[in-house]
Amino acid sequence: MLRKQAKPRPARGPARALLFAALGDETRLALVTRLGSGQAASITQLAAGSRLTRQAITKHLRVLEQAGFVRCRREGRESLFALDPGPIEQMQDYLGFVSRQWDEALGRLKAFVED
Amino acid sequence: MENTIEKRIELKAPVSRVWRALTDYKEFGEWFRVKLEGPFIAGQTARGQITWPGYEHVVWQAVIQKMEPERLFSFTWHPYTVDPGVDYSKETPTLVEFRLEPTATGTLLVLTESGFDKIPVNRRDEAFRRNDGGWTQQMKNIEAHVAQAS
Repeated sequence: MLRKQAKPRPARGPARALLFAALGDETRLALVTRLGSGQAASITQLAAGSRLTRQAITKHLRVLEQAGFVRCRREGRESLFALDPGPIEQMQDYLGFVSRQWDEALGRLKAFVED
Repeated sequence: MENTIEKRIELKAPVSRVWRALTDYKEFGEWFRVKLEGPFIAGQTARGQITWPGYEHVVWQAVIQKMEPERLFSFTWHPYTVDPGVDYSKETPTLVEFRLEPTATGTLLVLTESGFDKIPVNRRDEAFRRNDGGWTQQMKNIEAHVAQAS
């Protein structure tokens, strides 16, 4: 169950909870998906074709930025937002870690009841 | 990315045998590698000491939810809390469910662990508190996009 991993430890507790919480919103998820193409985008671009106001999008982008999902850089008068895949990889690592622990525990259960 | 972990395993043992291995605290402790203080009782906290070498300092704790004989055993916990420097109690626990079904050769055990997207209760930021989950379906799309981006 609790075997030492060759990989670095998955994201620590509170940090990890923050990641899951930051994506627990349809709008933010949509923004992450949109930025997932790899193209940085401005708030104006992200608001185009959306029912949301620029203010609402800005607010959600700040939450994503705080959690590390997006990075913001200035270009001229605009702020451009780009996706950082790191946190999503961390979340995947964490779920993979828990999943592997279950594989091991259930393997032991199988041996135990079939003995 | 999946938000729920699901494992299905065929066991060559009758449901009654598997049920005992899951819900008798001594038997559970054998394969799960935890020395529990006492029996599992629905609605109560079960506690014990991990017996895996190197992790004996870790306290195992879960709140037993459902015990429907030979059908469903469930508890909530903070999964694999191996880091003593982290206060896991502030996180929302996940739900672990063991479902049993008889088969021709024994028992089908379906394990699920869910709730990874729940919001920690202590989050002060209003934005986090208003979350309502719901990223499960869309996570699959994101995964494809992220793969392209990275």
